[in-house]
Parts: sequence; structure tokens; C-alpha cells
Amino acid sequence: MDSDMSLLSQLLIPFEYSYMLKAMWVSALVGGVCAFLSAYLMLKGWSLMGDALAHSIVPGVAAAYIIGAPFAAGAFFAGILASIAMNFVKQKSRLREDAVIGLVFTALFALGLLMASIWPTSVSIQSIVLGNILAIADEDVVQVAIIAGVSLGILLLVWKDLMVTFFDENHARSIGINTNFLKGLFFTLLSACTVAALQTVGACLVIAMVVTPGATAYLLTDRFGRLIIISVILGVTTSFAGAYISYFLDGATGGVIVCLQTLLFLLAFYFAPKHGLLASRRRQRVAVEAAA
Amino acid sequence: MTAPVAAIGAAPNASLGASISVRDLNVTYPNGFTAVRDASFELDPGTICALVGINGSGKSTIFKAIMGFVRPSAGEVRLCGLPVGEALKRNIVAYVPQSEDVDWNFPVLVETVVMMGRYGHMNFLRMPSRADRYKVDEALERVGMSAYRTRQIGELSGGQKKRVFLARALAQEGRIILLDEPFTGVDVKTEAAIIGLLRELRASGHLMLVSTHNLGSVPDFCDHVVLLNRTVLAAGPTAEVFTQKNLERAFGGVLRNFQLGGAALHDDDDARSVTVLTDDERPLVIYGDKHSRRQDPDGQ
Repeated sequence: MDSDMSLLSQLLIPFEYSYMLKAMWVSALVGGVCAFLSAYLMLKGWSLMGDALAHSIVPGVAAAYIIGAPFAAGAFFAGILASIAMNFVKQKSRLREDAVIGLVFTALFALGLLMASIWPTSVSIQSIVLGNILAIADEDVVQVAIIAGVSLGILLLVWKDLMVTFFDENHARSIGINTNFLKGLFFTLLSACTVAALQTVGACLVIAMVVTPGATAYLLTDRFGRLIIISVILGVTTSFAGAYISYFLDGATGGVIVCLQTLLFLLAFYFAPKHGLLASRRRQRVAVEAAA
Repeated sequence: MTAPVAAIGAAPNASLGASISVRDLNVTYPNGFTAVRDASFELDPGTICALVGINGSGKSTIFKAIMGFVRPSAGEVRLCGLPVGEALKRNIVAYVPQSEDVDWNFPVLVETVVMMGRYGHMNFLRMPSRADRYKVDEALERVGMSAYRTRQIGELSGGQKKRVFLARALAQEGRIILLDEPFTGVDVKTEAAIIGLLRELRASGHLMLVSTHNLGSVPDFCDHVVLLNRTVLAAGPTAEVFTQKNLERAFGGVLRNFQLGGAALHDDDDARSVTVLTDDERPLVIYGDKHSRRQDPDGQ
């Protein structure tokens, strides 16, 4: 009995520290919004755009810390710089798009690393690349909460219009939806949430936050509305649990979150009732038996 | 209460007033390519019009101009007398996409796709009312897809897929319906069912513009034809426009053309020849100077 109590109190320790509570709810909020976006992103073959974006904004974030500006502003400018650079190189050369994206995002990422190593006192390269939610500053929490909250609100309002736009742009036009505006809005939200996720899991793992929950949910349902709900639940719980577990593992929150997400993906990949490996093997077996 | 049947049939005709007016349309893309030059044609309510031409002849550009996807560099398109943007806001145009343009793995059910046809009638949150659900039920029933409403769209056959998008156009209640290659990947039975449905819609005053490579079925169900080759080569009633001479002009060397002289066909002095024109899909067969028709296989 006594040992049970002490185990329970051990497990509740993270909830006693305000920095842990903050880390858990901020992670959950960011994880949820990123998961919402992931429902759309993976359907269009744009998944790697999230990765490119996350790496490209590193120098902006580094510069913001050096001059003491809000990190979101720095990320915003770096994001714009990256898209201008990509468009410019694409138009003025005969390179393919993937090469241009690879070129620009690694160049900007390298610039970020360089800036961090020149001014090591103001920029922690480790926290940008790997995230540092456990030691997040209060003003950064405010920025992350605003970004995530506003994005979530907008997504709840336009999720059906976005669905039609992603599914059939011509039809969306024919019912009077401004598809160019919506696509622009989607990428703006994606960029903003990438910046927010930078704080929780870091630049290297942002891509998992905006791909894995949606990919997992995709294996579990054929209804888009449910896909979003499942995806958001996965994003919120894995991010919350990841931050919680990282207390016991002493750090590496991003790694824990993404490992949890991947674990759930693998479970869905194998056990999903309709689109899982087991189900398709069963269907195959039934078909073979029917033929025999 | 005692309104004569004929009047009921005629009423929607007058109220729909579906029309397309394309005047001196020029479309030049940002890369400097002029896809369509000085194209003009007019279409009235109760019409099924085929849009015929080789790939790159401007069929999809005309569609895009009607949907407001491209801005004319000169000339204009008016739908039911309205500018394109205004017509789209009023749900006048419904679009049935080409099968290749649809992501069949997209996680949506049949009924969700049809409900998308109602979105333009809803508020900005797209919350369906009872009337919207009723229209969806009705549209699914009309194309015979009610039994499949909770299937994911990728699980359907080629013909069923087509019917889902037709149901969406019905649910949308657009007076003008654009169909992009409606017969590609569709079995003969579904093709007949689609044609039957289009005829019903024509009778109720709708205007349908069908982009097709299926030359053989054009005389079957299209009363008008617009022949394109980066401009309008000919436009008008099928019997006048859809001639061998015009088709050869539209297709140049691209079309397969087989001609069998009268002497090779039968042992009499009937000099009419059989001409088979095809660009891969169902061929157009011209005997003498008449089109063969499926309903009337003897040609006469």
C-alpha cells in the first residue's frame, strides 16, 4: 500500500512544477493545431514543405534572439525571404523545384547555425534545433499560445471550405469559394504553427508534428471530419504525454513526442481495421480462398 | 391545381434561362502562350453542346474561362447574362470533373461529395439544413447511387464514380453544367444512363457543355457542337457543324480516318461510302453523309 502511494506520488510530481505544467499544456496546444494542419498537408503531397519551412526560419529566429525581438517576427521575415529566394532561383534557372527547395532551405539553415555559433550567448542552437519547451520563456509562451489559438479558431471556421478546395478546386471555385485566398491562408497558418512547434520539438522534428498524426488518422477512417478529430486527439495526447514523460527522462521533449506519434502510427499501420497490414492480408487470404 | 402537364414541363425552361455567351474571347497565359483567339459562340437553355477539338485546342481553356479560372485578355464570357464571378456566386455553374483530375484516395464518402454540391447554398460555416440533406438524398436516388452513399469514393467502379459527381451537380442545382470527358473509363450501360440523365436535364431547361473525345456519341445526344482549334472553327446545330469536312479541319492529321467506298461494301451501284473517324475512343461512322446512331443501327 505504502509503495503504491509513493509510486502514485512519483507519477504526479511533474504536475507540481509550474514549468512542467506550462510545458505540457503548451505542447498539447501546439500538437493539436499542428495535427489539424497535418490532416490537409499529407493529402496534397506537400508534406516536405513543412520541413523546408521549419529549417528556413532558423536564421530568422536566431536573429530575433540576437537583437531581442519577438521570435515569431524573425521567423516570419525568414519565411518570406525563403519563399522569395525559392521563387527567384526557380524562375531564373532550369533547376527542378525539389532541388531549389533543398538548396534554399539548407542554405538558410546553415546561416542560422553560423549565426548561433558567432553569438553563442544570445542564441542557443540546441534549443532552436531540438526545441526547449521545458525552459520556455514566458513571453515565448504568450507568442505560442496566440499563434496556436488564432490558428485553431480560423481552422474551425474554414475547415469545410479547405476540404473542398483541397479535394476539388474547380468545384470550390464554382460555388464561389476564393481558393487562392484559402490556399494562401493555409500556408500562412502552416508557417505560423511551424514557428510555434519550433519551441516545443525544434526545427528538425517539426515535420513529424505536421505529418504523422494526419497520416495515422488517414489509416483509421474514410471520413474527413473524423480524420481531423482523430488527428487532433493524437496530436494533443502525444504532445502532452511526451512533455510529461520527458520529465522522467530528463529532457529531449521533441524526441519523446515524435517517438510516441510514430509508435501510434506503427500500431495503426499494422492493426487498422480497414487500411492496416493485417486487414489487407486477411482480405487477400479471403480472396485466394474464394478463388480456390 | 389543374395546370396542364405541358405547362409544368415548359415552366422551368422559362425560369432557368440558362445561357452561355462567349464573345471574342482571347486568353493569353502569363508565359505568353495564346490558347484561345477570338472565340465566339452562344448557347441557349435546353441544350446539350459538345466541345470538340484535339488536345491543346483550347477546350480546357474555355472551361477555365467559364469557371473564372483564367481572365480573358480580351472579350468576355457571360452566363445567364451575368459576368462569370456573379454567376458563380449564384450557383449557376456546376462542374463534373474528369476522372483523372480527382484524388480517389481522398478520405471522403459518396454522400460527403454530393453534399459539397450544397455548400454554395449554405452559410459560411457550411452547416447543412434539412433541405440540403433532402436534396442530397434526391440527387443520389436520381443517379441510382443511394445504396453506396457511405462508401469511400475510391471503392467505386468507373461508372459509379461518374454518377457521384453527376449527383453533386444535381444537388448543386446549377443551370449550367460543365462535363469534362464524362465517358472516359465508363462502361456502355453507364454511358447510356448518363446520356439519359442529360436528356432529362435538357428537357427541364438546363444547359450542358460537354468536353469530349468520344466523337461517336456526339450525334447521339448533343444537339449543338462547338469545334475548336485555338479558336472556334464552327459552332451550331450538330447536323450542320459535325461534318466530316469540319472534323478534318479541326483535327488535321490527328484523327484516324478510314473510308470504305460503296463498291467495296456492296455489289450494287449505291455510291455512298462509309467513313470511320476516330481519335481513340468510340469512332464516328458516316455512311453517305449521315451519322450512324446507336438507337437506329441501320442508319436510316
